[in-house]
Amino acid sequence: MTPIRASIAGAVASIILILVVVELVRGRRLKERYAILWLVTGVVLLVLSIWREGLNTIAGWLGVTGYPPAVLFAVATLFIFLVLLHYSTVISRLTDENVDLAQRIALLEEKLSRPQRPAD
Amino acid sequence: MSDGRLVAVVPAWNEEGAIGQVVDEIKAFDAAATVVVVDDASSDDTASVAEAHGATVLRLLFNVGIGGAVQTGFRYARDEGYEIAVRLDGDGQHDASELGKLLGPIHAGTANLVIGSRFVDPGATYRPPFARRMGIRLFARLVSLLGGQKVTDTTSGFVALDRAGIELFAVEYPHDYPEVEATLVALRSGLRLGQVQVEMRERQTGSSSITFVRSLYYIVKVMLALLVASLRRYPRLEAAQR
Repeated sequence: MTPIRASIAGAVASIILILVVVELVRGRRLKERYAILWLVTGVVLLVLSIWREGLNTIAGWLGVTGYPPAVLFAVATLFIFLVLLHYSTVISRLTDENVDLAQRIALLEEKLSRPQRPAD
Repeated sequence: MSDGRLVAVVPAWNEEGAIGQVVDEIKAFDAAATVVVVDDASSDDTASVAEAHGATVLRLLFNVGIGGAVQTGFRYARDEGYEIAVRLDGDGQHDASELGKLLGPIHAGTANLVIGSRFVDPGATYRPPFARRMGIRLFARLVSLLGGQKVTDTTSGFVALDRAGIELFAVEYPHDYPEVEATLVALRSGLRLGQVQVEMRERQTGSSSITFVRSLYYIVKVMLALLVASLRRYPRLEAAQR
């Protein structure tokens, strides 16, 4: 069985995560788009912390017999991987967009620097 | 708008010592050619030296890597309607007097992309250090295998392109360590490849950007890029099948 203290700690941590994310979005320091994965992470962890029988059942499916809260760690780790992978794709896209911008600016600046031909 | 005029794309990063001569030599080969020096956010006077020697300078806001710099030049060539482009490095290792050889197959209409190769002629004098030779050979084998055509030198940055090649590379060009992957992309897009023997000079100033750790990254990155490029689909270019 999951120790009650582990459940409480898990629930408190999940609630803090959710509150921090909501506050960051509210203050416009985090875009909704990037907040969603974090919120899903928080909610899933919160549910698994509060719903103790559920956690035990899932632990049973996964063959985790000794210590069911280990499933919380596993789920949290999985979500962190997801978030990181998502960020890697975002960084890649931003990199491409940045290079494209730098190239466009270089081309436009060269065009602007040409001596103006008198209109004919 | 273009009448077959030539544009020479020269990527340069901190090459103030060499860039002037590079521009002069291209002008000496073809006085009518437009020389476009792409300054990859140099901290020295590369851009003003190039300008003083009569080059058109494209200044990148921040360092985007050699591939991103070269691509800027190809975008310029595409947007300004040039029919033929050549690419030479800004450090002076490519001899502009050999451009005639490179342009031969383009003018003859037998190739869309001509690579100045150091290894076409088996008796060629260029013998790089062992590790580099193995790397060059490995990439040549891989590109030949994946691209379905024998390529002798995939790491050469000394190339000539016709309009089809310019249009492809203006859109599809890797941002770092680009040459090997670009060769495969060209083959998979249906460009006809030509190869001519060239000699390359030792660099005049500055130092090669390839250090040990970087060369490891180089090999891994290029291998991955080749693998992924061979899993991707590229549009077959109609323009290439004239």
